[in-house]
Amino acid sequence: MSTLEKPNYTVANKPDGVEGTGYFVTSLDKAVGLARKNSLWPLPFATSCCGIEFMATMGAHYDLARFGSERLSFSPRQADLLMVMGTIAKKMGPVLKQIYEQMAEPKWVLCMGACASTGGIFDTYSVLQGIDRIIPVDVYIPGCPPRPEQVIEGILHIQELAHNEAIRRRDTPEYKAMLNEYGME
Amino acid sequence: MTEAKQETIINAINTHFNHAVIKHEMLYDMFTVTLRKDAVIPAIQWLYDNEELKFRFLTTMCALHYPDQKDELGMMYQLHGLENNLRIRIKTFFPKDLAVMPTLTGLYSAANWMERQEYDFFGVDFKGHPNLKRILNVDDMVIHPMRKEFPLEDQTRKDKNDTMFGR
Repeated sequence: MSTLEKPNYTVANKPDGVEGTGYFVTSLDKAVGLARKNSLWPLPFATSCCGIEFMATMGAHYDLARFGSERLSFSPRQADLLMVMGTIAKKMGPVLKQIYEQMAEPKWVLCMGACASTGGIFDTYSVLQGIDRIIPVDVYIPGCPPRPEQVIEGILHIQELAHNEAIRRRDTPEYKAMLNEYGME
Repeated sequence: MTEAKQETIINAINTHFNHAVIKHEMLYDMFTVTLRKDAVIPAIQWLYDNEELKFRFLTTMCALHYPDQKDELGMMYQLHGLENNLRIRIKTFFPKDLAVMPTLTGLYSAANWMERQEYDFFGVDFKGHPNLKRILNVDDMVIHPMRKEFPLEDQTRKDKNDTMFGR
């Protein structure tokens, strides 16, 4: 499924480490990665029909809660996954950027659907032609709108990113340079 | 609206405003008069004040753009006399370099946002408007997008290959 190299451990299946009675030692990276991966707090930024599909994803049938993301955050300050779902008008652009900037590190961005990714069918003067023009995006979900299964797959990709991310990645010059490209610090 | 009433309105506007009616017709079941630009606002004021007609509700207004016409741009107003359920459409046309209209905000408060919208999309300058700035588009937009000379599509996309899409 993922193009990333998957570690061979999960929540159920522990990472490499030293084990004894009552203790287990592993590297901080792996422990933190596991914790982050399985407790993502998404901020749903739903502006149109993709948001409806996301509601189905959160509902009992598809149940995103199975992946540790049942706690939606409606404050950017408490979220670590920004889910942009739907058409973003140019006038909404600065709002979206401000929301992204308000989120604390580490943060990931999931871009759902054709409109958020490329402007979709709205190739017009008033619509932003892809949110990656104003904020960095980690995972794109294609579709118009994508089915809940695709949303779940997108979340799983985000989980892999969170799982594998080095603790100090956000302090690297590469990451700062990438933010600077978007005019952020 | 009865023919007699239409006749009354045309005659009254012609008498009061120096033969301002250029054209009148029934357009899509609605009585439509085309007026000279300078007479539009006084004529609407007259229709508003007239005790029999009482056109005191502004249904909508819209700017028009017909690029093939000599007077390319225009304005269209729709009035409603709620008491007698009368409706009228008023049109006027002017050249593109004279896209200036007196404001209607003194008469109808509803005209405030509508005129801002027409300014936003067609670049019609409403003289006397209390707050004429863009209402729907981003403030830093430089074009008036509903004018025909501006392309509909976003011009910043690099990934659209015309040979592929046959446009």
